[in-house]
Amino acid sequence: MSNNKSNKSKMLYTFFAWLISLAIFFPILWTILTSFKTETEAIASPPSLFLFDWTLENYNKVMQQSPYFKHFWNSVVISVGSSLLGLLIAIPAAWSMAFIPTKRTKNLLMWMLSTKMLPPVGVLIPIYLLFRDLGILDTLGGIVVIMTLINLPIMTWMLYTYFKEIPGEILEAARMDGASVGQEILYVLAPIALPGIASTLLLNVILAWNEAFWTLILTTVNAAPLTAFIASYSSPEGLFYAKLSAASTLAIAPILILGWFSQKQLVRGLSFGAVK
Amino acid sequence: MGSITLKQVTKSFDDNHVIRPLDLEIEEGEFVVFVGPSGCGKSTLLRIIAGLEDVTSGEISIDGADATHMPPGKRGLAMVFQSYALYPHMTVRNNIAFPLKRAKLEKNIIEQKVNQISNVLNLTDYLDRLPGQLSGGQRQRVAIGRAIVREPSAFLFDEPLSNLDASLRVNMRLEISQLHKDLKTTMIYVTHDQVEAMTMADKIVVLNAGKIEQIGSPLDLYDNPINKFVAGFIGSPKMNFITMTMDTNPEVDSIGVRPEHFNISDTEGTWKGTVGVAECLGSETYLYVQIPDIGQLTIRTDGNCPFKYGDTIFLSVDSENVYYFAKNGTCIPLD
Repeated sequence: MSNNKSNKSKMLYTFFAWLISLAIFFPILWTILTSFKTETEAIASPPSLFLFDWTLENYNKVMQQSPYFKHFWNSVVISVGSSLLGLLIAIPAAWSMAFIPTKRTKNLLMWMLSTKMLPPVGVLIPIYLLFRDLGILDTLGGIVVIMTLINLPIMTWMLYTYFKEIPGEILEAARMDGASVGQEILYVLAPIALPGIASTLLLNVILAWNEAFWTLILTTVNAAPLTAFIASYSSPEGLFYAKLSAASTLAIAPILILGWFSQKQLVRGLSFGAVK
Repeated sequence: MGSITLKQVTKSFDDNHVIRPLDLEIEEGEFVVFVGPSGCGKSTLLRIIAGLEDVTSGEISIDGADATHMPPGKRGLAMVFQSYALYPHMTVRNNIAFPLKRAKLEKNIIEQKVNQISNVLNLTDYLDRLPGQLSGGQRQRVAIGRAIVREPSAFLFDEPLSNLDASLRVNMRLEISQLHKDLKTTMIYVTHDQVEAMTMADKIVVLNAGKIEQIGSPLDLYDNPINKFVAGFIGSPKMNFITMTMDTNPEVDSIGVRPEHFNISDTEGTWKGTVGVAECLGSETYLYVQIPDIGQLTIRTDGNCPFKYGDTIFLSVDSENVYYFAKNGTCIPLD
């Protein structure tokens, strides 16, 4: 009787889980489906879900019209570059806050996080002018730096949470054994915190890959990543939904595949410390 | 090598004075034990010597050289932590080799030393295991191995046995004592377990609220405590204190009698009381005796003690076994 009941509730939970997952995934599915439609079918009403003439024409056109691989490469440089540079700064910062906290460490962490609460448009003009005056508009270097700065608070927070779980005595033992601060981080802290560091890196690659505000404003041609590539299909001549969808699919495909393969690591990393 | 001197060392965290101005001389090759109740500053003092905490003021010298601001790794000291603090991602071999690698020794010398130490500590079969695959006792041995391999001028132990079960603790206690006899290196050992303190130490430093109450050999502290705190802290079960209501000597506020110094009789004695709980340990018996107007006294007697719950007994004590304490707690010498 109770077994039957628990089976029923299990089915109910599963049903809702699927429903929610589908709702979350639906826009992506819709984009992918639209990318295989013709422009007319893409705006047809009522829309057809699967019953349409599947075509690869949009992909052909998109690949011909714009240099996909150049944008792809820019996206890779920006997301991986900013994440690695961010780690280089965030690891020592999180180390000092986790293992040598002061009275104001908590405030400092809150302050860092508060910068994420600021609408980016609020600092648009000063940052744009700074970039212009420094001559780094539309350069990969410039965009890597700004991406690093944007994601640094989250990286530091995440790493701080992981490091807090590591007993300080292990690092003190390394210090007693004659390790310098650098060696202590390199040989002891980093290997122990590797899962945490990996998921921090992964999450930031995804965040930087998908970031569209700054990349659209600070780049035009040379340093434009895939977000700019998508945006270029929303033109003054009108919206070409099918091509826009094809461009979007091409842009999100790499990160979707990366996310799929690393989901275990990501979930483990993001829920780390939630249950002790 | 291995003499350590502390001169007027203090440590404060904001307004909290953890270590009050303190002088301490640790001779070469000595086994010194810091004991005291929790929060007395014994671990902080050890960490100050290790260099893991800065002093607020004062000087530390190791082998005559000023080490006050020297980083931990340069002091030539090795530490064994309460949690062992092994590197969880390194094998036993790499754990032991870690300090040698930091000292940039040659590979074959490192290997030779690691093998030698693992032989001494019976760790040869476990060299390629990770710490997580070892028992508590084995982990403790690895931690000791990692400390010994550096051939430090002194070892610092921070409650190293408190995570082990009772029987293993006795074994490890003996092993550490044996190690001290073999190596003849200075050892500083922090514990709150006074059996460890009494059995291992050449010299015990009794700490209370950040200051040294008394320094001396175990028996010296047992026989001649300087005040009520030391008298109560050294000895297990602890000394009984009886507040004096009337006495010929107005200086005396209370007297102290160790549980093992009572004479028990069923017919006559100074105090008459009723046996409460009687704990028979086989080799000895602890009687908790309720005395009207005084309270409960703890008595230690033979294993085959005939008294049981509810019995009326009489207690007396020989005058040479009575300690007298003044109101401020200091021990008043016998006339």
